[in-house]
Amino acid sequence: MNVTMNVNGKPYTRDVEPRTLLVHFLREDLLLTGTHVGCDTSQCGACTVHVDGEAVKSCTVLAVQADGMDVTTIEGIGTPGDLHPLQTGFWEKHGLQCGYCTPGMIMASAELLKHNPSPSEQEIRYHLEGNYCRCTGYHNIVKAVQHAAEIMAQGGQAGGQAADD
Amino acid sequence: MYPANFDYQKAASVDAALQAMADNPDLKVIAGGHSLLPAMKLRLAQPPALLDIFNLEELKGIKEDGDFYVVGAMTTHADVLRSQLPLFPEVAGWVGDPMVRNRGTIGGSLAHADPSADYPAAALATGAEFVIRGMGGERTVGADEMFLGMFESAVQHGELLTHIRIPRGISASVYEKYRHPASHYAIVGVAMARHADGQIRAAYTGAAEKAARLPKLEERLNAGQDAGTGLVEGADMLGDRFASAEFRAHLVDVLSDRAAKRLG
Repeated sequence: MNVTMNVNGKPYTRDVEPRTLLVHFLREDLLLTGTHVGCDTSQCGACTVHVDGEAVKSCTVLAVQADGMDVTTIEGIGTPGDLHPLQTGFWEKHGLQCGYCTPGMIMASAELLKHNPSPSEQEIRYHLEGNYCRCTGYHNIVKAVQHAAEIMAQGGQAGGQAADD
Repeated sequence: MYPANFDYQKAASVDAALQAMADNPDLKVIAGGHSLLPAMKLRLAQPPALLDIFNLEELKGIKEDGDFYVVGAMTTHADVLRSQLPLFPEVAGWVGDPMVRNRGTIGGSLAHADPSADYPAAALATGAEFVIRGMGGERTVGADEMFLGMFESAVQHGELLTHIRIPRGISASVYEKYRHPASHYAIVGVAMARHADGQIRAAYTGAAEKAARLPKLEERLNAGQDAGTGLVEGADMLGDRFASAEFRAHLVDVLSDRAAKRLG
């Protein structure tokens, strides 16, 4: 089946089997390997991307279900020279160790900050309950999100092409 | 993990979906896919063909109709969470996690009738009604007739659950849940609602092969008594490696007591 979607602002059309999961489409067809496969069972959140502006677990969405939609991955929210405030936050607050969960953490947090620009620690922890980290103990992840919220409150711009989704 | 191969089509409308199901009995309906796709990836389910109804606008959103809210079956848990519905927003906040709530739907969950899902308890406590459409027309099923067994609802093959009607006159409601820490499903959940006539309805989920009302609890609370214990005495409770049948029965008592105190 042909699917067409805008990924990080660019249109792509590919022929896929209906059973192709969105995460595999992104990683293997489009070579956007920033989105990770963690548990593969809809629990760990490493594969979180945005579909039409909403955070989803891309291991539990078929590529054909995202046909015609706008998809944003970690590659689309900032660049090495123009980091998203969340990427800056994770850097500054040491919000990662191995980094495997980080793309999912950032995409999930981006959705939180869109709806709630200054979340409390409790709200951050509640919102990230679908994202597992096996290194940090979450403490610095919470600080990273708070740091990003502060940057954004001070007018820090989100980088990248699709950061306003 | 990949699911086994299948054919895929998107439904253009409810009528087109019903026609497609009549033409091909092998079609399996997919909504948000957050129960079906995980099962397909584990090859616990291998439907030869999927019919996707998730994007049907006619099945999305919440309207008011007299004494009822009418909720489209493809309304996501996230939209339920942000809504003014009685009881259901609190319950939706316990479902999965934010990403799951962005895809999972109220109708998909209720038609699936997972014995550990949260909504069935809320449907029973609020006395929700289910609008089910087939090729022969539409019928409405009460909550007490909706959940027939483990993963078995009143929605028959070839039919679609299109809307859920939830009474507007509910003055107070609560949901208490003891959840599985990894899956976030209910080991036991107890929902309670005070209706327009002042009567309290209560139901549990997670504890047995299907969600069910708690008649002994309702009788006591409506007589002004405490919840007490032994609420599901003699009933057939689920027991597994996470919680024994005795523990689940105990949790029904504990959560009922907490719910009754919160309801006030």
